[in-house]
Amino acid sequence: MMNYFPDEVLEHVFDFVTSHRDRNAVSLVCKLWYRVERYSRQRVFIGNCYAISPERLIARFPGVKSLTLKGKPHFADFNLVPQDWGGYVQPWIEALARSRIGLEELRLKRMVVSDESLDVLSRSFTNFKSLVLVSCEGFTTDGLAAIAANCRFLRELDLQENEIEEKKNHWLGCFPDSCTSLVSLNFACLKEINLAALERLVARNPNLKSLKLNRAVPLEALQRILMRAPQLVDLGTGSFVLDRDSDDSETYRKLRTTILKCRSIRNLSGFLEVAPHCLPAIYPICVNLTYLNLSYAAGIHGSELIKLIRLCGKLQRLWILDCIGDKGLEIVASTCKDLQELRVFPSDPFGAGHDAVTETGLVAISSGCPKLNSLLYFCQQMTNAALIAVAKNCPNFIRFRLCILDPTKPDPVTMQPLDEGFGAIVQSSKRLRRLSLSGLLTDRVFLYIGMYAEQLEMLSIAFAGESDKGMLYVLNGCKKLRKLEIRDSPFGDMALLRDVGKYETMRSLWMSSCDVTLGGCKTLAKKMPRLNVEIINENDQMEFAPEDSQKVEKMYLYRTLVGPRKDAPEFVWTLV
Amino acid sequence: MSPPLLSAEEEGGQSNVSLVSSSPTMDCISQSGSGLKERNYLGLSDCSSVDSSAVSSLSEEKKNNLNLRATELRLGLPGSQSPERESELCLLKSGKLDEKPLFPLLPSKEGICLPSQKNVVSGNKRGFSDTMDGFSEVKSSMYTEGNWMFQTASDSEAPQSVGQGKFSGNSGMNVALSPRPSGAQPAIMKELPTKVLQQERPRGTNGTSHNPKTASNNNNSSAPAPKAQVVGWPPIRSFRKNSLATTSKNNDEVDGKPGPGALFVKVSMDGAPYLRKVDLRTYATYQELSTALEKMFSCFTLGQCGSQGAPGREMLSESKLRDLLHGSEYVLTYEDKDGDWMLVGDVPWEMFIDSCKRLKIMKGSDAIGLAPRAMEKSRNRN
Repeated sequence: MMNYFPDEVLEHVFDFVTSHRDRNAVSLVCKLWYRVERYSRQRVFIGNCYAISPERLIARFPGVKSLTLKGKPHFADFNLVPQDWGGYVQPWIEALARSRIGLEELRLKRMVVSDESLDVLSRSFTNFKSLVLVSCEGFTTDGLAAIAANCRFLRELDLQENEIEEKKNHWLGCFPDSCTSLVSLNFACLKEINLAALERLVARNPNLKSLKLNRAVPLEALQRILMRAPQLVDLGTGSFVLDRDSDDSETYRKLRTTILKCRSIRNLSGFLEVAPHCLPAIYPICVNLTYLNLSYAAGIHGSELIKLIRLCGKLQRLWILDCIGDKGLEIVASTCKDLQELRVFPSDPFGAGHDAVTETGLVAISSGCPKLNSLLYFCQQMTNAALIAVAKNCPNFIRFRLCILDPTKPDPVTMQPLDEGFGAIVQSSKRLRRLSLSGLLTDRVFLYIGMYAEQLEMLSIAFAGESDKGMLYVLNGCKKLRKLEIRDSPFGDMALLRDVGKYETMRSLWMSSCDVTLGGCKTLAKKMPRLNVEIINENDQMEFAPEDSQKVEKMYLYRTLVGPRKDAPEFVWTLV
Repeated sequence: MSPPLLSAEEEGGQSNVSLVSSSPTMDCISQSGSGLKERNYLGLSDCSSVDSSAVSSLSEEKKNNLNLRATELRLGLPGSQSPERESELCLLKSGKLDEKPLFPLLPSKEGICLPSQKNVVSGNKRGFSDTMDGFSEVKSSMYTEGNWMFQTASDSEAPQSVGQGKFSGNSGMNVALSPRPSGAQPAIMKELPTKVLQQERPRGTNGTSHNPKTASNNNNSSAPAPKAQVVGWPPIRSFRKNSLATTSKNNDEVDGKPGPGALFVKVSMDGAPYLRKVDLRTYATYQELSTALEKMFSCFTLGQCGSQGAPGREMLSESKLRDLLHGSEYVLTYEDKDGDWMLVGDVPWEMFIDSCKRLKIMKGSDAIGLAPRAMEKSRNRN
C-alpha cells in the first residue's frame, strides 16, 4: 500500500520521526523506506567514530546537516587511556568538506581536535551554525579564532571541559562586528578572556540565551554583561568574588539590581570562584531556577548552600558538592519536590571528608523527591538498607551511578556486600538504562542485574565480582546492553569468550586490570572479524615476545564495519 | 537490532579451542618465539549466543557449578527454599515480585523442579509470584522502611564472600587494595609506575571494622592504614579535579588546609611519537620527577642510542639514560604561566608546581640560552 505514496509523502511522515533509533528502525522496513529515509536524514549520531568511516557516512546520508561523534572510550575521562590513543576528527572534517556536505552542526565528545581541523571546518561550510566540544583536546585558541572569524552565521559555540591551550591572541575579538546571531556561548573551561571583546560581543547579540563565563570574568564585568543581556535563560557566572571593603559595595548593589531584571534565568552554573557573602545577590532568581550547578563552587560551605537551596523550590536538576552534607540533602528533599536529577561530587576526593555525604542523605532525598530519575552520588559509605529504601521510594531511575570513595567497601552496618542493595535498585527501576556500581560486590549483584535490568544500556564495573560468572550473568541477561566497561575485576577468558556474538550487538567493551589474557583476546578477534579488538600496552608491559597466557592490562573492543583503524599508535595493537 | 552473529561460532563438535592455529594470522603483533600453549578457554560444546538454546546446552562441567550456585543463591525455585533466603527476595518488593523469565544460567535440572518447561522455552515470564505468594503475606510485614535489618546470608559461603572478592592483582599497573584473606598470596606489588602511588589518604572512620580487608598495600599490619590512590579512582574527570584543586588552593591561604587534587601536565620529548602526562602533585622533589620521567621515556631514547652507534646494545639501562640526560644530551624544560620556556630546577619545588604548565625534554643543543633567562626571572620575582 505504501508503494502508492509518492516519496514526498513518506518523507513528510518521516519528518515527525526524530529520534535516531526510530529513524534507524524506519530504514529497516523495506528498500523504499530505506531510500527515502536516508536522503531525508539530517541528524546523524555516531557513538564510536571508528565504527564507520566518513566516506560511508556521506554515501548513505548525503543530506546530513548535524553530526555527533564520540571518540575515546569513557574511561579516558579518568586517565585510563593514554595520550594519542586516537579519536581524531580531522578525517571527518576533510571528507565532509571534500564532498561539499552542508554541515551546520558538529558535536564532538572525547575527540582530538586540531587547530587545522577547526580552520578547515570554519572555511568549508557556509551555513555552519553550531559547534559543541565536550572533553576534547588538541587545539588552541587559534582554532577558536578561526571559528569566530569565519563562521558568519554561528549560533552556538559550546566548550565543555576541554583542554585548550591558550595563546596570547584575543580570539573572542575575532568575531566580526557583523556577528549578531549568537544564541549560545560557553567558554567556562578557558582560563583567560578578553573582557572588552566579550562585553562588546554580548552587546551586539540580542538573541543570546545561554552564556557561560570563565574564571577571568570578575563580578563587575558580570554586572555589565547582565545589563546587556537580561534575556538570558542560561547563565554561568565567572568569578563571583568581591572583597568586603566599601569600594565594592556599589558594585554589589548594582549587581543585585541588575539581577532582579533577569527574570528569564532558569539555569545557573559557574561560581568557579565564589565568596559566600556575595551569594545573596542571586537569591531573587532562585525561585525560578530549574537547573543549579554549584559543583565547582568549593568555596561555599554547607550552611550557605542550604540558605540558597531553600529558595529553589522549582529545581529539577541539582549538581552540588558533598560539603552540603546529609543535613543539606534533607533540606533539598524538603524543598525541591520536582527534583529529577541529582549529582553530588566529592569536594575532597582523596581525603576522609567529614562533611561528606552518606547513605542518610540519599535516603532523605529519595523520600522527599519521588520523581528522581537520574543520580550520580559520591559518598563515603552506603548500606543495603538504604539502597532498598531508595529503590522503594524512587522506582523511576533511568541513570543510577553510585560511587563509594573506597571502592570495595561493604555495608558498614552489616559488613555484607552491597549486592542486595543494588539488586533492589535494578529490580524496582524497570526503565534503568545506565548503572555504575561500587562498594563490595560479589557475583550475586550481577545475577540480579542480568535478571532484572532489562533496559540497561550502559554498565560500569570497578573492583567487583568474584568469578567469570558475574560477567556472564550480565552478558547473558542484559539484552539491550550497549556499553560495558570493567576495571579491576576478576573476569577472564571464559567469560569473554562464552558468547562472542554478543559484542556485535553492543557498541563497545572495555576491560582493564581483569583476567583476560592475550590468547583469549586473540581468539575473540579471530572469531569476530567485525570487531576491533585493541590491546593497549603501556610501560613495556608486554615484552616483545608476549605469551598468550599473559594477562592483558587494557583491552578495548568495539564493533566496526571498516576494519582495524589505520591511525592506531604504536602502543595500541589491533588483533586480527 | 540484528540478531547475534551465530555463524562465526558454530564450530561443529569442537570442544576445545586450540590457540596453536591462531598465531599465524596475528600479523598485527609480533610472534611469540616460545612454544604456544593450548588453552581451553571455553569448556563448552559451543559458544553460541544464549537464547533459549542455552538452556538446553549446558554442559556437564557446568552442572557442578550451577548446582553449587543453586544452593548458594536459592532464588525461590520450588523445592529449594530456605525461609530467610526467600524473605530477602520477597522484600525486594513488598507486593508480588515481578515475574521474570527464567535466567538461562540457573540450574534447570535434578533436585530442583522447574515450573513447567513450557515457561522456559516459550519465553513466558516465570512465575516467581507462584512461589512467592505463599510467603509474601507473612513476610511483607517485616519490610519496614528505616527499621530494615537486613538478613545476612546464612550460607557458609557468605562470610567468606566478603574476603574472596578478588581485587586487582594484575601485572603491576594498579594498586591492589587488599590481599585475599584466606591465606592466598598478598597483594602483588610490582614496581609501580609513579602515577599509581599517590599521596596516601587517611582511612575513614570505619577502618577498624574491615578486618579482612584492612591490610595495607605494604603487606603489614591489619590495623587501619592509609590507602594509596588508584589510577582513575574515584572516577572524576581531570578537568574537575584540576579545577577543584585550583579553587581550593586559592582558598587555602585562608583555611590553611592542604590542597588536594591532581595536577596533570603534558610531557613531550623531542623525537618521541607521543606525549605523556604526569601528575606533579605526586612528587615532592625534582629528583623524584626526574627519575619518573627517565623511566617513562627510556624507551624512546633507545632508538637514539642505537643510531648514534652505541655498540651492539639492545637494551638501554636507566643509568645510561640518566647519563644521557645529565650528560647534557637532553635537558628538562617547562613552560610557565607567562608562556616562557624555562629550565627545570632553578626555583623551589612549590613555586615550580605553581607555575608549570607543561614539560618538555629538549635536546641540550636546543636549550642553550634558557639558563640565563631563568635566573633573571627568578631574580625579578624575588
